[in-house]
Amino acid sequence: MSDKKAKYQEVAYYPGCALEGGGHAYNRSTKALGKKLGLKLKEVDNWNCCGAMEVKNIDPKLQTYLSSRVMSIAANKMGMDTVMAPCNGCYHNLKKAEYDLANDPKSVDVVDKISKKAGHDTYQAGQVETIHALDWIKEAIGEDGLKERVRNSLKDVKIANYYGCMYTRPRHIFPEKDQGPGSESTSKPHFMDDLLEAAGAQNVDFPLKTACCGGAHTLSDSDTSTRLVANILQAAEAAGAEVIATECPTCHSGLEMHQIRAAEKLGLQSNVKIIYFTQLLGLALGMKPKAVGLHENISDSFAYVKEKGLA
Amino acid sequence: MRSLAEIGQRLDTLAGGPPRPGNAAEYLDLGEEILTHWVTAKGKEPTRDEREGFRLLALHRQGADKDPSFNACRETCRELAYHYNLLTLEPEHADSEQRARMMGLVANHLYLFIAGKMENEKLGEFCCASRPVREKVDGV
Repeated sequence: MSDKKAKYQEVAYYPGCALEGGGHAYNRSTKALGKKLGLKLKEVDNWNCCGAMEVKNIDPKLQTYLSSRVMSIAANKMGMDTVMAPCNGCYHNLKKAEYDLANDPKSVDVVDKISKKAGHDTYQAGQVETIHALDWIKEAIGEDGLKERVRNSLKDVKIANYYGCMYTRPRHIFPEKDQGPGSESTSKPHFMDDLLEAAGAQNVDFPLKTACCGGAHTLSDSDTSTRLVANILQAAEAAGAEVIATECPTCHSGLEMHQIRAAEKLGLQSNVKIIYFTQLLGLALGMKPKAVGLHENISDSFAYVKEKGLA
Repeated sequence: MRSLAEIGQRLDTLAGGPPRPGNAAEYLDLGEEILTHWVTAKGKEPTRDEREGFRLLALHRQGADKDPSFNACRETCRELAYHYNLLTLEPEHADSEQRARMMGLVANHLYLFIAGKMENEKLGEFCCASRPVREKVDGV
């Protein structure tokens, strides 16, 4: 068993705020998938917001602290060495905090002061490794492991894999990526493609896999977000996809909501289904649609998964 | 230089017609024009340099300087250059129409992303991977 394979069998789980709310289907399907695969998740005790976009834009050092507290609890209170964050925003922020604490003495000082004031151990860079749900499944189970377990192949499912813009950017906070064969790529990410292909899916060539979905503009300029999403949906359909697989709750919700809005406001109808990769893998492993939270998605893909023999 | 609105209209016109591999050069030009708007709005002189053979990529790099949120269109620009190469190096390829269609959608995404950020210029830094807004105010 490789080092990572062994290490990722049990990880600290940081769902983050979105997975407690609009992204609950991702939460449910991630936990259900882990259980089905025999992987253990230990939810971070009394976790807090990672600082998301809001805090980071007002006070970046405070965001670094908030993310560091999550890692401190995982390391110092729970004794874990790996934190798995399925949300791109959380994943990005924890990686950014890790980078700041390893490279910026001012951040170290601010985090230490606030941690002492809050009464917990200060997180030290390198105490934990933060990974995404894609890393977790890819390393702990791998393509071969998935192939062995597939009960309902995704063989007739044509998928555009959509990673969003925060999974790979900025490159310097992801030192493990772009390390040659086997590692994730920041310019052409492929871990989700690899996993779904192992489950039998047909991945289409999708040029907007890391393009902006307009998530940050959703409230300040909804029309821009709608047009960006409509373009992604059109591109996915033009590429031959029936499904857009997602791995970020913000992107997922944005795609779902603006799919409806694009039809209503712009007259741009699209039929492509938006489904979390964890839901697709769960279905491939023989889990029921409700067990992976398909009913919690905004878009209705029940008929589609039934037609494909996945329900 | 055309206005962003005119560029958007031209992209709509191209999208309304059949996908033509011969449109590759125009899509690339449109991409450069879009980036030129961004660079100019940031008070810089748009570069004439090339990066990996494309002015488009040099303009993107210039636009992203000290502005990490702008990197959210990095791969969109690279996809535009990639599709240009596909269409010009293999114009008779069986997939050329499909490639031209996809290049149009990629160019449109670049337009929507930058036009959106320009529209929100007062919030232009307010993006997923942005620098903090206070950095401008008090140097925090």
